[in-house]
Amino acid sequence: MARYITQRLVYLVITMFLIATFTFFLMKFLPGTPLSAADRLSEEQQAIVLAKYGLDDPVPVQYFNYMVNLVQGDLGISFQFDNREVTTIILDRIGPSLQIGFQAMIVGTILGMLLGLVSAIYHNGFLDYGSTFTAVLGQSIPSFVFAGILQYFVGVKLGWFPVALWGTWEHTVMPTISLAIFPLAIAARFMRTEMLEVMGSDYITTARAKGVNKFGVVFKHGVRNALIPLVTVLGPLAIGLMTGTLVIENIFAVPGIGEQFVKSINTNDFPIIMGTTLFFAFFFILIVLVIDLLYGVIDPRIRLAEGE
Amino acid sequence: MDNLLEVKNMHVSFDTYGGEVQAVRGVNFSVKKGETLAIVGESGSGKSVTTKALMKLIPMPPGRIKEGEILFEGRDLAKLSEKEMQKIRGKDISMIFQDPMTSLNPTMKVGNQIMEGLIKHQKMNKAQAKKRVMELLELVGIPDAESRIKQYPHQFSGGMRQRVVVAIALACNPKLLIADEPTTALDVTIQAQIIELMKDIQKKTDSATIFITHDLGVVANVADRVAVMYAGKIVEIGTVDDIFYNPKHPYTWGLLGSMPSLDSEDAELYAIPGSPPDLLNPPKGDAFAPRNEFAMQIDKEQDPPLFKVSDTHYAATWLLHEHAPDIDPPEAIKKRVAGMATSSNSEKGDRL
Repeated sequence: MARYITQRLVYLVITMFLIATFTFFLMKFLPGTPLSAADRLSEEQQAIVLAKYGLDDPVPVQYFNYMVNLVQGDLGISFQFDNREVTTIILDRIGPSLQIGFQAMIVGTILGMLLGLVSAIYHNGFLDYGSTFTAVLGQSIPSFVFAGILQYFVGVKLGWFPVALWGTWEHTVMPTISLAIFPLAIAARFMRTEMLEVMGSDYITTARAKGVNKFGVVFKHGVRNALIPLVTVLGPLAIGLMTGTLVIENIFAVPGIGEQFVKSINTNDFPIIMGTTLFFAFFFILIVLVIDLLYGVIDPRIRLAEGE
Repeated sequence: MDNLLEVKNMHVSFDTYGGEVQAVRGVNFSVKKGETLAIVGESGSGKSVTTKALMKLIPMPPGRIKEGEILFEGRDLAKLSEKEMQKIRGKDISMIFQDPMTSLNPTMKVGNQIMEGLIKHQKMNKAQAKKRVMELLELVGIPDAESRIKQYPHQFSGGMRQRVVVAIALACNPKLLIADEPTTALDVTIQAQIIELMKDIQKKTDSATIFITHDLGVVANVADRVAVMYAGKIVEIGTVDDIFYNPKHPYTWGLLGSMPSLDSEDAELYAIPGSPPDLLNPPKGDAFAPRNEFAMQIDKEQDPPLFKVSDTHYAATWLLHEHAPDIDPPEAIKKRVAGMATSSNSEKGDRL
């Protein structure tokens, strides 16, 4: 097990290196310069500023310098934010994004699973149609439309929660709900299908033949087996959430990293682009790893043999 | 001896979009304590549905027990609620399933799967249940029980899994054991082992068994009595000897005739022509008539009742009516029956 995790961590480093390389060269193809007032500066002045940031070197040299710094944990200094360090900016901004993302993930998948479970148990009943309808709705309405609806009715008309900005936990409620609706819908649909299939399988009949009651059949025998395929979609869902936050943060004016990311691309703020990209990539890879480990926890058949 | 189980005129139907599928159409049989009844018949004849209906394990809806009584120790199971059935399933009546590859929960330790019934029905605590599980594993011939109970089904071979399924069924010493084609999914050598195991266990526990199979060789080996099912009805029922040496129903002739044997000289194997009827619209008269070379006019009009051949032997064919012509089974089948008598006698002789 330890060996497996070490191996995966080595892969993580290699992947990060490749992503850093690709992003660096792609970024250099971006049109424009990082100078916000290029037209008002003389050529000499521009050259001085570019030289200060090492941007007058040939691209391979810039790349080499960047990688050397990266290995030492130095992500550089932002061009536009008062010369602050990229690491500090990311750490300042990551809190709200992570909070909304995790809340949405947890609320979405847990509610979705329950919804799917109810659907499967009351198959073709009123509750099933109700929750299937909810799931289809949640999957087809984009999160930003949903966010707008929430802002208008719950925020403005009812006044239950603040419409935007950041501060108390109340501020997190509406962004979380808007973001959670998609994973909720996916989890509900998956859970319903899987649960129906599992409940029709032979080992459920075996359990019933033992005299196990309905509750035991569903929760002791059914759910765990239905979870295996669900875990597969959790990875893409989590990644979808991270890109979803880019939009949601803008709508609710949440000071998160997504907002920062978009801004940095528009202004050619190279160190921030690199920093946030690497940060996102790191997070994606970590989620995939966690999900692979989760498989083993749920399904003994994919658990790695001890000492392997 | 008293009947442990008595099934009276049981009808089981499934309501589908196409209409009502009459899977079981009026079945009568009984099982005594310690007795083994084999139910044979081709796929779709209603064998499995009959036994699953006894335990009310058919999905309801769409399935339903339309009519009839299932008297188990005098109680009518057909009238019991799901809650009451849960107390009987696994305790008084238990079931061994066909495919050991799919009938065990892949994400639950084998020990826990066997323990479940013990904890529920016999109110055992974990330690007591574990002790009993070890005994059961020894009984069904799984060595190294201590470490095996902590393993998952995928760590067992097919034959070993079926032993686990048998252990689950035996856990609470059921009075009636239903084995639904327990050897069909296994390869031949493992089949023989499981059959021997089941015979052995029956000797030790003295539980009654209903053994469903389409393998007549297995029937001759394990059963006391045999019921032959066709299109949701029992067409012939009797002792093993009645059915094998004195079969009366043309369908039974066909089944026996289509059984390959090593010493048969004929190059060609007998086959029953045609295919079973659609039970969505069961035919008028005898359901077997269209495939029956001895069918008479009355077979197309009226369903034959069970005629008595002897005290133990009944068959539902108009050929047994007093006005029917005397018909002998076809030569090929007669030869086969005679051959079976000698070969099974010699088999018995070998064993002695």
